[in-house]
Amino acid sequence: MPSHDAARVLQIGPFRVRIHCDIPAVKQGLDRLYADYPQHPSSVFCDFQIRLFPPVGIRRFIRKQVIFAFDQFIPFKPLPYNQAMPFFEWGLNWCISGYAHRFLIIHAAVIEKHGKALMMPGTPGAGKSTLCAALVNQGWRLLSDELTLIDCQSGVIQPVPRPVSLKNQSIDLIAQRYPDAIFSPVVNDTLKGSVALMKPPQAAVVRADETAMPAVVVFPAFQPNAELSLAPLSQATAFMKLADLSFNYSVLGSVGFDVLANMVADCRAYDFAYGGDFDQAAETFDALLGDAAS
Amino acid sequence: MTKLAFTDLLAKLRLSESGDCLSDQRWEQVVRLARSSGLVARLALYAQRFGSFRPPESVAWTLQSAHSYWLAQQRIVQWELYELEKVCSFLGLPLIVLKGSAYCAADLHAGLGRVFNDIDILLPKSKLGEFKEALKWHGWYQLPLDRYDQHYYEHWMHELPPMRHIKRGTTLDVHHNIVPETCSLCPNAQLLLDAAVNIDGTAYWMLSPEDRLLHSATHLMLGGEFDNGLRDLTDIDLLLRQACDDDADFQRKLLARAAQLGLALPLFYALWACKALLHTPLSDSVLHELQSTAKLGRLRLKLMTAILLAALRPSHPLCDGLGVAVARWLLYLRSHWLKMPPQLLIPHLLRKAWLRLSNSEAH
Repeated sequence: MPSHDAARVLQIGPFRVRIHCDIPAVKQGLDRLYADYPQHPSSVFCDFQIRLFPPVGIRRFIRKQVIFAFDQFIPFKPLPYNQAMPFFEWGLNWCISGYAHRFLIIHAAVIEKHGKALMMPGTPGAGKSTLCAALVNQGWRLLSDELTLIDCQSGVIQPVPRPVSLKNQSIDLIAQRYPDAIFSPVVNDTLKGSVALMKPPQAAVVRADETAMPAVVVFPAFQPNAELSLAPLSQATAFMKLADLSFNYSVLGSVGFDVLANMVADCRAYDFAYGGDFDQAAETFDALLGDAAS
Repeated sequence: MTKLAFTDLLAKLRLSESGDCLSDQRWEQVVRLARSSGLVARLALYAQRFGSFRPPESVAWTLQSAHSYWLAQQRIVQWELYELEKVCSFLGLPLIVLKGSAYCAADLHAGLGRVFNDIDILLPKSKLGEFKEALKWHGWYQLPLDRYDQHYYEHWMHELPPMRHIKRGTTLDVHHNIVPETCSLCPNAQLLLDAAVNIDGTAYWMLSPEDRLLHSATHLMLGGEFDNGLRDLTDIDLLLRQACDDDADFQRKLLARAAQLGLALPLFYALWACKALLHTPLSDSVLHELQSTAKLGRLRLKLMTAILLAALRPSHPLCDGLGVAVARWLLYLRSHWLKMPPQLLIPHLLRKAWLRLSNSEAH
């Protein structure tokens, strides 16, 4: 087991995460993608203790693997060694969605402008991460590309900015369109295909304690060459779709119902089909937030 | 350092003491040990209901999250009991709830922050077949077992193989006694059934206060697994404190019941550990009387209490792993020794050891 001083303690959104890992890919990944995150001395209280390490025995050498542990608990089967960095991201998502019940947690990307948040919930393949990465590179503030945290007490959205996880064709698409964006090396053959992590803009990390008011929800549906369309959703429909995409709606019970109902009442929600034109999407969302201001 | 973390956790679990004000670092270690012992929600409830300590804000979020999870479990248990009661009333049987589910249904202190994985209920053995058949019609099915395990449950155990609900995924353990019938300490189940009490304001039943405590103590000492040992010990502490508050004569009644059911030995060890670790208010005379009822010699006492104290430490690197593992293994062997006669035990343990070995190679 790595010694205690090998750990680094990062402030990631509202969470303090203690990371023990000697795997070079993860160390480099953290150095590169988490460079702007505040570091704490090891004496602070941490919410999550995360370790990534190779298993003992034969699998240390042949078809090398990596294990993810939350303190002493190992929630997943080992993955191939080269997937260690995305494994850290997936594992941290698991920790947050399973242990941060002071928030209603929705599987959604969320970005902010003028203090107002725009949520993009979506099933895998809906294009939320790609759209999120594009908009973040066009001046929107990243709150999260995967987990929208709605504070149960205040109803505001708590940012938890993290590297944006891009898959397959999206990686080249974003890298070519926004040459200044910084990426982790591409990891091939994961369960989700090829994965690369895009470093969040420094401003998003620095402003991670600035919450935002929920204003607009769009359910993106990417279809190649589709015409952009925006179809308003009733509050009831939006509620049901969001509850369905929540990680802990059932854990929170009536609290979760109230938080979500209040949020939906204060938001406008749309089904959003688009063909991959980021500029057009950005204009549309600017207009939506502008309307939401009035 | 490592000993300190366990001492800190125990101090937070002692209801009659307030304990030290801890640094953030020590709090983190307490939470980590509590998490590995299934006690985070219990700490949350101790702070909230009894005000026995005040966690700093960073810790309070963690506790609150565990509290929310516990509340969700309460709702699930209430719903499952509501559904199970329909099956019972169809058969004209009372629904007798055991352990964590009972503490939850009756809103006992022992239910505060108590997390568990299955619903446990007790039925007369003669009704098991009929009940299992009825459960099928309500969506419950038996988890698949190999022939050996099936035989093991049917002939030697005190419960049916675990059942699972096909839609809700809940696990149900249907008991007909509180220890296996092959165990020399096995009490007469009819006595337990006859003494069961109605849970106020519900159609459900639970064991009498004395039997609840005896069940928890035998489960701790004979269950064979100590993964939840410390959590079970806090259950016993809470059960005893509340029962003594409700009935000044409780300790005497408990001794009498332990003698009647032949469970003085496990009760002695459990209460001894409660007093030693959690400072449960218990007079020495109660322990002495139990010790003499159980005919427990000096040497055995010394040996067992030392092993027990080691086994009740959380299995966590913050808490000296090897001693814990050895002690737990010894108590596992002991529980099997008590539960099964040697002609059954030796082949059984050999088989389990073989399965464990071949399983670990397959990984």
